[in-house]
Amino acid sequence: MSQTGEEATVIELIELRRNYGPVTALAGLSLTVPKGCLYGLLGPNGAGKTTALRIVCTLLAPDSGSVRVGGLDALAQPRAVRELLGYVAQEVAIDKILTGRELLELQGALYHLNAKRLQARILELSGLLGMDDWLDRRCGSYSGGMRRRLDLASGLLHDPAVLVLDEPTVGLDIESRAAIWQVLRQLRDQGTTVLLSSHYLEEIDALADRLAIIDGGQVIAEGTPTSLKSALGGDRVTLRVREFSNAPEAERVREVLERCPGVRQVVVNLAQGHSLNLVVENATVIEPLRRQLAAADLPVFSLSQSRPSLDDVYLQATGRTLMDAELQVAGSRDPKAERKQAMR
Amino acid sequence: MTSAPSMTSTVAKPGASISGNSALADQGQEILALTKRLFLQLARRPSTLVAGVLQPLIWLVLFGALFAKAPEGLLPDGMSYGRFLGAGVIVFTAFSAALNAGLPVMFDREFGFLNRLLVAPLRSRSSIVIASVLYITSLSLVQSLAIMGTAALLGYGWPGVYGLVLVLVTLLLLVFAVTGLSLGLAFALPGHIELIAVIFVVNLPLLFASTALAPISFMPTWLGWLAALNPLTFAIEPIRAAYAGQVSLSAVVLQAPYGALTGAHCLLVLAVLAAGLFLLIRPLLDRKLS
Repeated sequence: MSQTGEEATVIELIELRRNYGPVTALAGLSLTVPKGCLYGLLGPNGAGKTTALRIVCTLLAPDSGSVRVGGLDALAQPRAVRELLGYVAQEVAIDKILTGRELLELQGALYHLNAKRLQARILELSGLLGMDDWLDRRCGSYSGGMRRRLDLASGLLHDPAVLVLDEPTVGLDIESRAAIWQVLRQLRDQGTTVLLSSHYLEEIDALADRLAIIDGGQVIAEGTPTSLKSALGGDRVTLRVREFSNAPEAERVREVLERCPGVRQVVVNLAQGHSLNLVVENATVIEPLRRQLAAADLPVFSLSQSRPSLDDVYLQATGRTLMDAELQVAGSRDPKAERKQAMR
Repeated sequence: MTSAPSMTSTVAKPGASISGNSALADQGQEILALTKRLFLQLARRPSTLVAGVLQPLIWLVLFGALFAKAPEGLLPDGMSYGRFLGAGVIVFTAFSAALNAGLPVMFDREFGFLNRLLVAPLRSRSSIVIASVLYITSLSLVQSLAIMGTAALLGYGWPGVYGLVLVLVTLLLLVFAVTGLSLGLAFALPGHIELIAVIFVVNLPLLFASTALAPISFMPTWLGWLAALNPLTFAIEPIRAAYAGQVSLSAVVLQAPYGALTGAHCLLVLAVLAAGLFLLIRPLLDRKLS
């Protein structure tokens, strides 16, 4: 990825705001996706990723802000923008009674492909996505992975300049996930701009040329995975004094650690049995740190050390781990309200 | 990155479609594909088609038998009850089928399939509505013809060539009106449970408060008024007249409490109703589909 902000921009979101009743989904989100970039939106469920993607795809209008896709104002020229876009939604809406081929034929007609080109594209995509054996079976019999491949095929049918995917591999088997990753990389290499959302850190880390971390409807960090991680500096240490500590014990450990020289930050990780996530200046800090804990009668049970990850980037920006953020929203989600938001 | 000139504009050709075809050809392609989908669904799940013919058939046979021994001369022109009922059941068939028009649309809304359609660069989103109307019109006419054929076999008569044309035109107008209503409901109501509830509540009362099962002269005044204002009656009476061999539009087909109605009156009312309903739901469709 050699593109920078100075070069061609394909998607540009400026100050997007959108509320669903009292709930704020987007609180001034701005984003720039360069041409030919595989761009990731990372954030916990409920961060506003889906809302932002639905706005890019002209399915939803923002309360305020502007959206440009391929140089066009998406709010003023939605139809022209739709021709540029392929969209793979999170909830796979498939007509179970049609075969994969029939669904693709319908999709092709809606994009006004002529019969010859349509059949050629179906053949091509079916091979690319490993769907040949399934194409003439009814969609109702497809596995989750096959459905997602079909959805990806229908998003790619008209050879769009921009492909938008909402959580494309959530809940998928490893084989389907690998197949989809490979196709996305190929597309990027051929010059397609790909914008995808995910709450899987590894996915964004492995796939994305650039990423934006989204939290509370805003971009809180943006850059390439490498630049974001190296900007953090320091080493990461995960430490436990017991396999599963309770909260008061974790607090005591934290107090001891915070007094150790060379320790920059200590966070109690609720999702991982109150383990402690530390940012330390370098590896030499660790031995004195073990001694301090032993002196406080809190000997180290396990300790692992690593370079910063995207989770650390997220932690640094929000003060909580992505997993904790997920757990926090898991209980407060309202599937009925979410379905209503997506319903016309 | 905020400077507009550096945005790629080469990828976008506003106004031009991918196909390079005319807008009309593109929209034709959309409508054809969307209609084909509905017919594929029907072919693979024919139960709605079968049930749509069976239900009125049961009405025809059982209700026809119930009053088979009605005293002669009770009905106008000494008509047998089977013959009288035939027109009512034909209209009821078309009406019920059209009333269900909104269901596939509602399911598409609920399952998100509509979003798949809306993210595509449709020339006109009216294609979605037109496909539904085409589908439900053909379906209800086929069902009605099946009932007409069965009624003929049961000895309840056949309208003849001109009569058949009159019957089909009448049914078409009614189907348009009811389809408009049903599609409007499919976009206005929150889910299919509500839509089915409305269909359930509307269906039979409209049948009973019409001249499908009994002439107005049998009814108490208040019900007679209701029947004379019921759109079903405006479809039933010209069809009943056509079955009786009367195809002139200027002949009186019904003595309503407010005056005599000719076939032309009835068709006009149905046409105005259909046009009115589509005008009424248009803002709703525009809002939901834009």
